[in-house]
Amino acid sequence: MLTRVRRWGPGLLLISPSLLLLGVFVYGLIGWTIKVSMSDRHTAAESDGFVGLSNYVDLFTNDINGRFLHSLRNLLIFTVVFLLGTMLLGLLWAFLLERGVRAEGLFRTVYLFPMAVSFVASGVVWRWLMNSGQGDDAGGLNAIFGQLNLDFLQNPWWTDPEWGMVAMAVPAVWQLSGYVMALFLAGFRGIPAELREAAAVDGASTFQLYRRVLFPQLTPVALSALIIVGHMSMKMFDLIMSVSGAQWLTEVPAVYVWQTLLTSDYAKASAISVILLLLVALVIVPYLVQTMRTERRS
Amino acid sequence: MGRMRRAAVAAVGALALLSPAACGGADSGADQEVEVFTWWADGGEKAGLDGLVAAFDEQCDYSFVNGAVAGGAGSNAKQVLASRLQQGDAPDTFQAHAGTELSDYIAAGQIEDLSALYEEWGLTEALPPGLMDNLSVDGKVYSVPVNIHRSNVLWTNKSVLADAGITAEPTTLAELFTALDTLKAAGVSAPLAIGKDWSQLMLLEAALISDLGPESFTGLWTGATDWNSPEVTQGLENYSRLLSYTNTDRDTYDWTDAGKLLMDGKAGFFLMGDWAPSDFETKGFTDFGHLAFPGNGGTFQWLADSFVLPQGANNPEGTKCWLKTVGSAEGQQAFNIKKGSIPARTDVNEADYPAYQQSAIQDWKTGTQVPSCAHGAACSQGAIEAANSAIGKFSSDQDLAGLQQAMSAAAALGKN
Repeated sequence: MLTRVRRWGPGLLLISPSLLLLGVFVYGLIGWTIKVSMSDRHTAAESDGFVGLSNYVDLFTNDINGRFLHSLRNLLIFTVVFLLGTMLLGLLWAFLLERGVRAEGLFRTVYLFPMAVSFVASGVVWRWLMNSGQGDDAGGLNAIFGQLNLDFLQNPWWTDPEWGMVAMAVPAVWQLSGYVMALFLAGFRGIPAELREAAAVDGASTFQLYRRVLFPQLTPVALSALIIVGHMSMKMFDLIMSVSGAQWLTEVPAVYVWQTLLTSDYAKASAISVILLLLVALVIVPYLVQTMRTERRS
Repeated sequence: MGRMRRAAVAAVGALALLSPAACGGADSGADQEVEVFTWWADGGEKAGLDGLVAAFDEQCDYSFVNGAVAGGAGSNAKQVLASRLQQGDAPDTFQAHAGTELSDYIAAGQIEDLSALYEEWGLTEALPPGLMDNLSVDGKVYSVPVNIHRSNVLWTNKSVLADAGITAEPTTLAELFTALDTLKAAGVSAPLAIGKDWSQLMLLEAALISDLGPESFTGLWTGATDWNSPEVTQGLENYSRLLSYTNTDRDTYDWTDAGKLLMDGKAGFFLMGDWAPSDFETKGFTDFGHLAFPGNGGTFQWLADSFVLPQGANNPEGTKCWLKTVGSAEGQQAFNIKKGSIPARTDVNEADYPAYQQSAIQDWKTGTQVPSCAHGAACSQGAIEAANSAIGKFSSDQDLAGLQQAMSAAAALGKN
């Protein structure tokens, strides 16, 4: 007994502060949020009436104008474009750099640098670039298109009711592609040179080399990139707030939480937050399970 | 064991050091200081607050502590305030829009009934009866309005109208539509300038006042008027038509951007509250005229900032003195001349004010008061937010039936 304590004790003691903090401030508060989400606390007044899951049901069936479903749809479009854009551009850039361009370090920095800018700062700039005015009122990119006589490229950007969220994802893609590139580049570098040589000896063409030898080894990297970019996308808030502000056209669940909180509807805000948490968990948990399995195997 | 005791002694010692400091702060606060929580941190609002403080220093024996939280047109301040109220750390008084926006605080028992003080200070007689009606919740009043702004004002660019050959001011909705058509034919790209959600909500309200008249309009927010009546449908159709004359990129515009369309001669009309002229004048634009929104007649759609007495304020006597100053003729004059609004009291000397305010004071005395939803006089925060969302959706898809349904649901929020 005592020996076991001696073995476990010091370690446990060392991590106990962080365990305690995590327990209280992360898991404890998640529990509290879930409790609020099942209460009828819709105003600033204290209220602890238990209403079960009805706040969740209301979000899906009884929200004015189907607002929550609208915000989920916006998030879906945003996420698809964000993921596809960063993955494709990141892979392309990593591929080009991996082929051995001159001044690779410079390009790497140039592509990676947008990530250093905060979404708020870049959002303000992109707000101006994606000015929706056209023709005589054009500004930002639309004005540039106009000056180049490429008027057909002028578009309403994020103010388009159907596909505005595609435009909203453009700044996000711009910002995170470099990061995905860095991940892929590290992946490429991690592949032993022997494999390339062996493929060359076996007479593989360049296409076959990438298709059959290199890309399959990048799968874990691609998965990590997907998870990282995916969970950022789910929680997207600051970029949207600085480009469009909170409004119907571009509303996603995180912005909706903010709007609901401002009106002291704590129960509804908590319910949306919990759904958001579940969405992110949907992405992250399988990844964690998989990582744990591979670690145990090795 | 010894170590434990030492730790306990240290903890007690630390507490002992802290507590006298805490008590000392509370003591002097209770005697002397009145913490006034606002979001008036710069510009005309700050100047107005300074004027009010000068009057307060003269009338009261308390010292003013500025608890202003800047930024976000009050949204930052509201967050800070909400958490302070929850922790039971209420400021001595705080700024809030007068009217229904206070309903959350009232329901939560966070602010006190001021009806007795209204009688004592003669405010009941000094404020117009229409305003007193709008302010009362179950016969009680909870805040003292410091100023009045008018929201149903149409601003014009005089030369744009003259160039298009419009000489007479439109006085009915029909005449306004004719004028907008004339402007459109003259090549004005956006005859009526408008900004995003909340400013579109102001336009919707103005159109509804024209079709419903003041009484039924006010009833929309109290539940007395049915949102699904044919008159409302007519009003929404007119709103939809008005929107077709506006700048198409309205959802990207804040109100100052929309005002710039008027200044640049790209618009002939611009609906905005009467805080607009100070922005025009700072930017060197003087060629503007103003009229009550066509069809609104003598209806004065108001919004107001006000101060309250929070439950559990450290220094309720000091707060009462602050509220007395806020409601007094001197306090209101000191504040409003600098902020560019008008006093809520009707017993003021118009001659002290600039030209626009003089006419607004006249209208305030003679007109019928109706509250504004977009600015919290008629709607709770939840209702405003839901209405803005519905308006934003309508701006993108022009679904009139959906708007009617959503506005009806929004107006019902916070009514329980």
